[in-house]
Amino acid sequence: MKKFDKERMLLAVAAPLLAIVSAFLLTALVLAATGKAPFEAFGVMFEYGVKSDSQVYILNKATTYYLAGLAVAIGFRMNLFNIGVDGQYRLGAFFGAAAGGAMGLPGLVQIPLIILVAMLVGAMWASIAGLLKVYRGVSEVISTIMLNSLAGILISYLLVDGRLGVLDKQTNIVATKALPESSHFFTIPAGGDLDPIWGFIVVAVLAGVGFWFLLGRTRFGFDLRAVGRSESAAEASGVNVKRMVLSSMLLSGAMAGLIGMPTVLNDTHQFTADFPVGVGFTGIAIALLGRNSPVGIALAALLWGFLERGANRLEFEGYDKEIVGVMQGVIVLCVVIAYELVRRYGLKRQQQKVGAELAAQAKAAKSDKQEVPA
Amino acid sequence: MRRGTVHALVGENGAGKSTLMKILYGMQRPDEGTIALDGATVELHSPADAISRGVGMVHQHFMLADNFTVLENVVLGAEKLHGIGAKARARIKEISDSYGLGVRPDALVEELGVADRQRVEILKVLYRGARTLILDEPTAVLVPQEVDALFDNLRELKSEGLTVIFISHKLGEVLSVADDITVIRRGTTVASVVPSETNPRQLAELMVGSELPSPETRESTVTDQKMLTVDGLRLTATDVDGVERAVLDGIDFTIHKGEVLGIAGVEGNGQAELVEAVMGIRKPDVGVITLDGTDISQAPTRKRREDGIGYIPEDRHRHALLLEAPLWENRILGHVTEEPNSKGGLLNPGAARRDTERIVTEYDVRTPGIEVTAASLSGGNQQKLIIGREMSHHPKLLIAAHPTRGVDVGAQAQIWDQIRAARREGLAVLLISADLDELIGLSDTLRVMYRGRLVADADPCTITPEELGSAMTGAASGHLEGSADADAPADTVPAAAPADAAPAGGEDR
Repeated sequence: MKKFDKERMLLAVAAPLLAIVSAFLLTALVLAATGKAPFEAFGVMFEYGVKSDSQVYILNKATTYYLAGLAVAIGFRMNLFNIGVDGQYRLGAFFGAAAGGAMGLPGLVQIPLIILVAMLVGAMWASIAGLLKVYRGVSEVISTIMLNSLAGILISYLLVDGRLGVLDKQTNIVATKALPESSHFFTIPAGGDLDPIWGFIVVAVLAGVGFWFLLGRTRFGFDLRAVGRSESAAEASGVNVKRMVLSSMLLSGAMAGLIGMPTVLNDTHQFTADFPVGVGFTGIAIALLGRNSPVGIALAALLWGFLERGANRLEFEGYDKEIVGVMQGVIVLCVVIAYELVRRYGLKRQQQKVGAELAAQAKAAKSDKQEVPA
Repeated sequence: MRRGTVHALVGENGAGKSTLMKILYGMQRPDEGTIALDGATVELHSPADAISRGVGMVHQHFMLADNFTVLENVVLGAEKLHGIGAKARARIKEISDSYGLGVRPDALVEELGVADRQRVEILKVLYRGARTLILDEPTAVLVPQEVDALFDNLRELKSEGLTVIFISHKLGEVLSVADDITVIRRGTTVASVVPSETNPRQLAELMVGSELPSPETRESTVTDQKMLTVDGLRLTATDVDGVERAVLDGIDFTIHKGEVLGIAGVEGNGQAELVEAVMGIRKPDVGVITLDGTDISQAPTRKRREDGIGYIPEDRHRHALLLEAPLWENRILGHVTEEPNSKGGLLNPGAARRDTERIVTEYDVRTPGIEVTAASLSGGNQQKLIIGREMSHHPKLLIAAHPTRGVDVGAQAQIWDQIRAARREGLAVLLISADLDELIGLSDTLRVMYRGRLVADADPCTITPEELGSAMTGAASGHLEGSADADAPADTVPAAAPADAAPAGGEDR
């Protein structure tokens, strides 16, 4: 048995490793094609990425990305493609920030309230897609993509001076009313004159632990994974598949509501018109790269933060910063291919092993077997 | 088989006919044994190999492109032989004329009837130079007149020196067209006969096997306590044409503690729907289902399972296993709310693992461990795991749909023993099977299902597979009076009909 476990671990590591190595090689080719020395660029990125201020930046970025990865992974674990994490996240962050700006309660009450509002709004927005799928059979891929656009339109409608937005006369930027000082989330000083680490990283870690516990240790999680592996078997086993679709959509949306919180509570303290777009899509790539596991997603989120940090530096050094975009795209492609290859190989290998071991057993017990009446 | 003959291969569902044909056509590799063509041992690695050696196959399900003409279908994939133009057309005409196939090269396939399509399939094979033709249940889709026409074609082929392997379960037809007959049963040849020396009844006996279950399993354990009562069940479904029809209608039955109720029937007559209705996967339109005195008609599937229904589904890959999950997770499936798998909403993986180890030992699941995926086990061992899992929760009622399908002989005997043992302890069993031996051997009561209704009942002590088969085709209804014992004279049964129909029941798809 031990041997099997070892091999499975090896296979689990093999896929992301294979993916990243081949992605780097492919990017090297692209770099070479643009006439730049590829390995120098990697050197620049690495050197810059391990600096202390870069590390703080990466941790803070990864906090957001980690939550995005988790939100997507909840859907992935039961074969639901919640492409709408981006819209759910933006809408959740927007209403959370707007609610926070409108209230003046003590931080201990208000911060959880803001988070709750964001999660609720994210969940509600996702539930539209869930309901459509359960009752009308609408593919969640299509409906969530459309809901992304709708979320954007809704925000631009509401984020206007006089509605939920306030125009800053000096910068000419519309944003929600800034959160009161008491509603700023705590930060962890990184020492020296470095920027502090966002305290929300603690919430992200807790969310990861919660994700692991819910999926791996509860009945609900077992049902969810069962639906993901085989809907027909899950149904026959007594899982109410429709209810599971709805609950996991709600969960995924609630998690998506959390994504904007580190930015709102730790950084901008308001929802500005230039609030980051596309984090939800990054979450898809990160969930894929992290194999939908809480630890894997964490590593993927850190890698993503590292790459983006490197991108800034590359631009400074005269490289095209788009090269990092290429690298990220290539990584995702390589990941999908590598995982599938390794999965197939692992399955085949295991079947062979089981076959071989049983053949050995059968040989030993051949005399018994022949006594079984035909 | 001899050149220039029609050789028939007959056997029950799952006897191994199709597997044998797949091997002959190079779609599957044999573990042992050799194939000799014209005296030379050949190894067929792929259908292309088989074709190049003059072996062609006409599949039961036609493989034609509907929007192509006959000519286009025939040359598709064989463009190298005679091109796709006039030469090909001439060759098609030539083949068609010499074997009397009457094929029109320019007709669109979608405009052709079933019999014509079949002739196109035959022509396709001949066009590729086949000298040995394998026909997989060619008459299943034809009406009697078309069957006669097909047989004329076959005789034509035979007279030209071609060899035809004819797979069928319709014994009357086999006797009329074949020169030699090989009967296979559970994967081995049980007899080789010539038509002149046999009759349908004898053939049927060879096919289903004459050895009926041993009498010591017959001691009745049936009690008078009702375990499952189904009353007035009706289920309608919309078929592919958008027409609503009843797939289950007026279903009434009772299973007592310690009783095995067997449902016989040609597949697709509502058995699968009945099982799903009892399991709560499908919602019947009307009808009451009572389990051990409690009305469970409205209960969801999970509640029914918790209340003591064990379920061995027909298609274990789709309905009973998470193929890519380890065995111990599969042990949890379907019983996630029950001990030892969970407690108060939380899983207990340790206890589930230990219990899986126990099942693996007690039910002789051949596996190197419980962390391997379910997909890596053989079908028989998967089934043993499923049965072990279901039995571990001490069900009051076990629904067993084709419990030994695709399971090797050793595992089969073991599964039967387990069902018998549980029955002695008061388990009620609803058994659905296409294996008539299994039905007759295990059941205390037999009902026959035909077009969504329970049309007949029979006493498994006296019924023969032939009689049961006859009822399965709708030829008989009411209470079936079987001949008193197995060696009763043949003339107690209406002449050829039952022998002809019995295997048809098990085979029709």
